[in-house]
Amino acid sequence: MSTPYAKLPAWADYGLIPVINLFVAFVVAGFVVLLVGENPFRAAVILVEGAFGKGTGIAFTLFYATTFIFTGLSVAVAAHCGLFNIGTEGQAYIAGLGIAVVCLAFDSVLPWWLTFPLAIVASTLVGALWALIPAYLQAKRGSHIVITTIMFNFIAASIMVFLLVGPLKPAGSQAPQTRNFLAGAELPKLNWIIELFGAKIHSAPLNVTFLLALIMAFLVWLLIWRTRLGYEMRTYGHSPKAARYAGISETRIIITAMMISGALAGMMALNPVMGDQHNVAIDFVSGAGFVGIAVALMGRLHPVGIVLAAILFGMLYQGGAELAFEMPAISRDMIVIIQGLVILFAGALEHMFRPYIQALFASFSPRSVGMEAVKGKGA
Amino acid sequence: MDVFIAIVQILDSTIRLSVPLLLACLAGLYSERAGIFDIGLEGKMLVGAFAGAAAASVFHSALLGLGMAILISVAFAMIHGFASITHRGNQIVSGVAINFIAAGSTIILGQAWFQQGGRTPALQPGERFDAIVWPGAEAVRDVPILGPIYSQLISGHSILVYLAFLMVPFTWWVLFRTRFGLRLRAVGENPAAVDTAGISVAWLRYRALICTGILTGIAGAYLSMVQNGGFVKDMTAGKGYIALAALIFAKWKPVNAMFACLLFGFLDALSIRLQGSPLPIIGKVPVQFMQALPYILTVILLAGFIGKAIPPRAGGVPYVKER
Repeated sequence: MSTPYAKLPAWADYGLIPVINLFVAFVVAGFVVLLVGENPFRAAVILVEGAFGKGTGIAFTLFYATTFIFTGLSVAVAAHCGLFNIGTEGQAYIAGLGIAVVCLAFDSVLPWWLTFPLAIVASTLVGALWALIPAYLQAKRGSHIVITTIMFNFIAASIMVFLLVGPLKPAGSQAPQTRNFLAGAELPKLNWIIELFGAKIHSAPLNVTFLLALIMAFLVWLLIWRTRLGYEMRTYGHSPKAARYAGISETRIIITAMMISGALAGMMALNPVMGDQHNVAIDFVSGAGFVGIAVALMGRLHPVGIVLAAILFGMLYQGGAELAFEMPAISRDMIVIIQGLVILFAGALEHMFRPYIQALFASFSPRSVGMEAVKGKGA
Repeated sequence: MDVFIAIVQILDSTIRLSVPLLLACLAGLYSERAGIFDIGLEGKMLVGAFAGAAAASVFHSALLGLGMAILISVAFAMIHGFASITHRGNQIVSGVAINFIAAGSTIILGQAWFQQGGRTPALQPGERFDAIVWPGAEAVRDVPILGPIYSQLISGHSILVYLAFLMVPFTWWVLFRTRFGLRLRAVGENPAAVDTAGISVAWLRYRALICTGILTGIAGAYLSMVQNGGFVKDMTAGKGYIALAALIFAKWKPVNAMFACLLFGFLDALSIRLQGSPLPIIGKVPVQFMQALPYILTVILLAGFIGKAIPPRAGGVPYVKER
């Protein structure tokens, strides 16, 4: 059989293979738990209970998921255009600057429902602009987008540290962060939705950005599969040559895709900054941009998949915090391993199990994998 | 004279700070020249640092530590190879995965095995690589000009420092004067041609990645067993990425790589030394600016404003035999 990547039925392609990849990632993570001297099954039970067992847990899970929906969408939009935006982290971080400016300026005068749209505009603008430079350099000067966005992550971090230990820090304070925002820049909580179902919640940071994230997921779906721009992006991602031949401007499509990606990354900052901490602090993104890579890969670049994957990672974050309480040998860094394993098995090794599954399908029903029965032809 | 002493001290710390960059940069050189992008330098250094310090403190032997660092780092390089050569996965995705697995597992295992908040126990004398004092270094210390240069700059480093700098001509020799090097470069430019000549592209690339793993292992061992007497979590702190930047800066050439790493090491040494004290002409420079400078320089270089950096042609593309 010399056709390694022949077609599988859609449910196997979009359901079975991701689940198998995910399963393998968790099995390997289970071995790490064993290596540490704990019981992986008990760890899994604690994790799930911590994330979904109580109302507060669910709210926290969805709060983290909000962040990951944004970063996952950001990575996915760029990926559809064939660009690997590893700079989501930096774009979200620097977008905190835009939010800080808006919130510090208006939080004493405007109500939240006026500050929020302004902050959305500011965060998307700053995030998009931070993605614009690498995009321009890729399109016009041919510098590799992966390397430039990595460099921009570090440059963003330097700028933010410089501003947060200097100009943005209130006088007389030691902590490297802005002053706390007033009520005009605090987003309302959404915990009441979960309380409708009878659960009790003790101060969880789930807020209206969650709804914004869901809207964005829908809009990204609309953009990628229902608009001309999305079609052009997918064309370019699939085959730059074909896109060029079809008269699609390379520069325009790369820059547009990256700016949308950067804008989505920027929106991520709204969730922790205005919804939870009510200030901009050093390293507030703390790796969420990189989680976005895992989320996007696991969700197979589809908004529905991304929302599901984001909730799974939200569960890992929330459950992981509980796990650290119960099993002192396991800290939250366990999630970083799981994240790495998911990226490895759902991303780099995504085709590892495909030939076996194909062989399995072929042996049951050859037609399902697009092969006619060849036996009769005397092969 | 004070100025001279200060300069010697800055150059001395330049050497110390550029060694891990140099080793990682040369490591990246082997894999990228063979057509495998390696974003996972950072992660491989980190596991090397952890394995080295952990083994050295458990077995009370610096050499065993170094061996373990190399072994584990090579193992991670093989994961990268398995994903990107055997299964033709995306090399960047695989590299990112390796960085996360390394960052997480070193903390988790470190905490589980040593219970010191992700640190390994402080290494005792004999468990780390000590400085080698060259003959006569003490005697000439007071000789003006040459004395400090000999006793501080040239003498008094650990064996790994000299090894790192010896790796530069060695790498040049391997890449440009041996059959293996010729094939390695060829496989990064035109793997189909190498395949046509009857040489296995996959095995050649695996061998390149073994070289990468060995060097990142030594780089990690240097961090945890020379520079810092023990492993601290996330101790690579982006050095793998700076090495990557240096590699581009050096246009994938070994001798250039040394100068690029020395430059980036010098910027680092300078920013530590200055710490906010004003410079003579420019005035006060923020530390963060100095720290960001290597990245900014790389972006400018990549954009083609100071010479053009052209990567190996087959870099990042998995090789598929035509059927």
